[in-house]
Amino acid sequence: MPLWSLLKVGLLHSRQLGRSKGNKMQELPDVSPLMDKMTEDLKQLLVSRAVQNPVMVGIHTGGAWVAERLHESLGLAEPLGTLDIAFYRDDYDQRGLQPQVRPSSLPFSIDGRHVILVDDVIMSGRTIRAAFNELFDYGRPASITLVTLLSVNGRELPIQPDVCGHELIIQAGERVKLAGPQPLALKQVKVNS
Amino acid sequence: MSTIADQQLQLNSKGQLRHFLNISGLERALLTEILDTADSFVSVGEQAVKKVPLLRGKVVANLFFEASTRTRTTFELAAKRLSADVLNINISTSATSKGESLKDMLQNLEAMACDMFVVRHAQSGAPHFIAEHVCPSIAIINAGDGRHAHPTQAMLDMYTIRRHKGQFEGLNVAIVGDVLHSRVARSEIKALNTLGVNEVRVVAPKTLLPIDVESLGVKVFHTMREGLAGADVVIMLRLQRERMQTALLPSEHEFYQRYGLSRESLRYAEPDALVMHPGPINRGVEIESEVADGAQSVILKQVNYGIAVRMAVLSMAMSGQMAEKNTLQVNR
Repeated sequence: MPLWSLLKVGLLHSRQLGRSKGNKMQELPDVSPLMDKMTEDLKQLLVSRAVQNPVMVGIHTGGAWVAERLHESLGLAEPLGTLDIAFYRDDYDQRGLQPQVRPSSLPFSIDGRHVILVDDVIMSGRTIRAAFNELFDYGRPASITLVTLLSVNGRELPIQPDVCGHELIIQAGERVKLAGPQPLALKQVKVNS
Repeated sequence: MSTIADQQLQLNSKGQLRHFLNISGLERALLTEILDTADSFVSVGEQAVKKVPLLRGKVVANLFFEASTRTRTTFELAAKRLSADVLNINISTSATSKGESLKDMLQNLEAMACDMFVVRHAQSGAPHFIAEHVCPSIAIINAGDGRHAHPTQAMLDMYTIRRHKGQFEGLNVAIVGDVLHSRVARSEIKALNTLGVNEVRVVAPKTLLPIDVESLGVKVFHTMREGLAGADVVIMLRLQRERMQTALLPSEHEFYQRYGLSRESLRYAEPDALVMHPGPINRGVEIESEVADGAQSVILKQVNYGIAVRMAVLSMAMSGQMAEKNTLQVNR
């Protein structure tokens, strides 16, 4: 069974639990209009920064789904790259190795290239920190532009997206995840810790 | 050692790997997880900086009580690609030659805050002994013990087969040569049967087969013509002359004539059969040079995949060992 379908089962379960406790769930925006907005914002940003011929890298799994769509609507020449940051996480000592790590694939040299890094949700900023470290182990990019579908409160590192589809305030113990790949939908989840 | 005892020793209370001593006792799902994790580590070898920070700050000690170049080097490279600090203990010049016992030496290393031991030993069961009685909180990786087991070699061979054949279902695998002295063969037979190949065969003279070899789950053949017929993978074993204490063979020449893998005998196998060898190879003793260097040979690829597979085993065992410590702290 693919990971995303497991995720969906888990999500459904937690949503039902949430409802049975009478918790109110926030209205989450549809993904499709956010994607359109991000595409436009990103195009403008690339022009204003005079970035030419960028390459795009999506972070597994949700970030890669968002990146696939952006990559297509921008019509980028090089194939999409993907990163699994599991080997660069900072919580290996606490949580150990994550199961189901997928291989990272950068089908281009990133030396001297403008990289558009894409993730689904930015919260603490630790995933992006890990992704920076992994990218720099492949080479020295000319620049990195960070794009996220959603930005939620709870930042633990000074990392902000350059382009963001939507900003959201969530309560402690809540998370927002992206379900996909077809269709893409934002889902609210309760966590124990 | 029984399968259940192997399982209890190798897995933590959550069923995760914490020592890697033997294929026996490990289920198909865990072996598959090792292969999948190795897949992700192969791409690390393609980075400009061939390192990931997973084991940064951890200390891995290579304890080789028996000579080895390839295995020790690939373990060292694997640990270094995981950013661990690596100690290579040269046993012949170390304190055991001054009369210090193995147990005392290991406890000294433990006191130096080592996190993992990679152990090769001429005595079967030495890594088990260390994991069970000497340093249970240190992750122990078996890098080959006596005639007993060489589980990381078996796993890198499984990785090679999956990578080149896509799957294990339906495959006929022939293991040829000195099965009697081969810890690699014992681990491979176990791994192949656990992963569900169609048939595991051994091809060797009776003098180079262990007694009751069929009980390992293999079909026995004494000629290359029969043993290689329809084989999808041919794994050659090195003739371990240094372990032979009696005259098991009339002569090397005769062995090569009957059991050597030559261009002629390879024709008995499937046309796309993989040729594998755990190394070191003896050209002209068990394998013809042209076959070892030929299009069907994946012998050097095995060496390369060995790094990724050992990275997978090191990181999984360290992870399982840390999880166990965290569990104990919570329960305390």
